[in-house]
Amino acid sequence: MSAVTRHRLLLLLPLAVFLILGGYFALGLTRDPSILPSMLIDKPAPVFALPGLSEGEKGLSKADLTGKVQLINVFASWCAPCRVEHPLLMRLANEQGVTIHAINYKDKPDAAKAFLAQMGNPYTSIGADKDGRVAIDFGVYGVPETYVIDRQGRVRYRHVGPLMPFDVDEKILPMIRELSK
Amino acid sequence: MRSLRRRAGAFAPLAYGARAPGRQSPAYAVGRFWPSAWIASTLLAATLVLPALAVMPDEKLADPVMEARAREISKELRCLVCQNQSIDDSNADLARDLRVLVRERLVAGDSNEQVLAYVHDRYGDFVLLRPPVTGYTALLWGGPFALLLLAGFGTALYMRQRRRDVETTPAPALTAEEEARLAALLNDDKPGVGR
Repeated sequence: MSAVTRHRLLLLLPLAVFLILGGYFALGLTRDPSILPSMLIDKPAPVFALPGLSEGEKGLSKADLTGKVQLINVFASWCAPCRVEHPLLMRLANEQGVTIHAINYKDKPDAAKAFLAQMGNPYTSIGADKDGRVAIDFGVYGVPETYVIDRQGRVRYRHVGPLMPFDVDEKILPMIRELSK
Repeated sequence: MRSLRRRAGAFAPLAYGARAPGRQSPAYAVGRFWPSAWIASTLLAATLVLPALAVMPDEKLADPVMEARAREISKELRCLVCQNQSIDDSNADLARDLRVLVRERLVAGDSNEQVLAYVHDRYGDFVLLRPPVTGYTALLWGGPFALLLLAGFGTALYMRQRRRDVETTPAPALTAEEEARLAALLNDDKPGVGR
């Protein structure tokens, strides 16, 4: 390569740097910053044992999470998006026969019961997480959140925010079918 | 005093209250009673710029050393609800829970690193306000240095090339016209020639 050609190629260097950086940033733009990856994906659910909503009622513990593919839904009666997604959970439980467990996050038991009396109860079992500590173990940073748990009790998918029909049809149900095979 | 009054009047456009005809706008009222109003507004401004103290007295640990460590750790952790504040700054509920958790871990005997690892295990890289060096963040950490190196290398190369050019390129021969002008200039000191 002659000196002149080398010199000319050197002039292309800024363009190359620009293209590399531009590509990197463009890639960054395609990532949705609101999707926060869960640390638990493909890992066993944290060990926990929560009491039920009232004295003597069955709660929710890690032991409940094995044996079949099921969902854990973190909800609270004071959370508006939880109301939005609730009819969908009802349909999932009643029409699709999906087992849904609940973590009732920082709620008053009476308020949670009133919520379920009004909206229906799709949950197989409910654990009352009064101080939100179990939710922290799950990496929850807002209600509602929904987790898909496989037969071995591993967390396979996490959905942040209210479930929408699209999420259920495109992600949750296919995933449950796939894992149940 | 006049100038102060005029400065107070300068706030008039900021007063969006309904102005009844014949009534003076509230901002002019500020101008009229300027000493107390100015003291009040200065105090208000001062309180507004004070950092919001998110850490509640009931969260604080009795041991000042432990409390200092807790504050130090809290400043490293992102509030996951508000996302651009540390849990030390944030008033969010979850931030408070995490602050309490941090203090509990410290009391239980964890080192600062262990506490950070505990939270990181649950919330991932996102919870750390200082991103760790990984494959994905390598460009973030190393990028500026790489660019600086590249720029330095480029400059050095350019300087060397220029010096070599100056040293090796023979000065171009002068044209006949330039030769004549040069001769004229060189003969400048001789009397009777030039200007």
